Amino acid sequence: MRTVIRTFGELCITAGLILMLFVTYELWGTGQYTRSQQDRLGRELEKTWQGRVTTEKVNLGEGLAMIRIPRFGAKYHFVVIEGVGRSDLRKGPGHYPGSALPGQVGNFVVSGHRTTYSAPFNRLGELESGDKILIDTRDEQFVYTVTDRRIVKPSAVEVTAPVPFHPKRRPTDKLITLTTCHPKYSAAQRMIIFGKLTAEVHRRPAASGK
Amino acid sequence: MYALIWRLLPGSRPTKIALAAVLVLVAAVVLWYLVFPWLEPKVQFDHGVVDGGRTGAPSGGPSTAPPG
Repeated sequence: MRTVIRTFGELCITAGLILMLFVTYELWGTGQYTRSQQDRLGRELEKTWQGRVTTEKVNLGEGLAMIRIPRFGAKYHFVVIEGVGRSDLRKGPGHYPGSALPGQVGNFVVSGHRTTYSAPFNRLGELESGDKILIDTRDEQFVYTVTDRRIVKPSAVEVTAPVPFHPKRRPTDKLITLTTCHPKYSAAQRMIIFGKLTAEVHRRPAASGK
Repeated sequence: MYALIWRLLPGSRPTKIALAAVLVLVAAVVLWYLVFPWLEPKVQFDHGVVDGGRTGAPSGGPSTAPPG
């Protein structure tokens, strides 16, 4: 009897230790992977931007643009990946395929992890109306201004529509929508940040072909 | 359980300690590199995509090819 109880206790302690290790893996270990992928994709993006472009099509899983949010500090930047599959979002924030591209009329929709995989959208809750979201592409920097923040159900696909909440309407504005999970460490709801294009800055004055 | 493992380890006390440390390390490595990556998508508590109720990744999306 004593042996049984002791073994049970030992198993419980072991399980607890494994659980702690798993939490470490989720919150820190997964970020290691994202950081290495971000470094690689950032270098690739720079290289693509330097070369002469023949086609603008970006394949799934590749870098599409660079997102910067000044409120999160000057160092905050992530390569936005094309695609929102599980493997895409592990590398960084992902652009919903089929939604508008940066600067286009319609809705540029980006999803990102909030607590794991480097947590690119960890501090999205701190954004307020008027904050800037900068999207760097090859030739231009698109300056979006935050207009609204909402908490919605995970099934609320209407926020990704070209005109959010009005899937049938024809878009006339150039919008951005960021989605992440809410509350932190949960998948119960989604936090949505809406923004509108307010400025376009040419990144390279001497750029030809534009 | 741990007492039994300790008894089964051969050698003197320092050898036993070294072997036990190696065992712990092996267990940690197997968990970190094999078990956790497999387990992680199954207990995804950090899912930021709005996907119309599908629990998996909506890789099929509205259209997989980006316009333009």
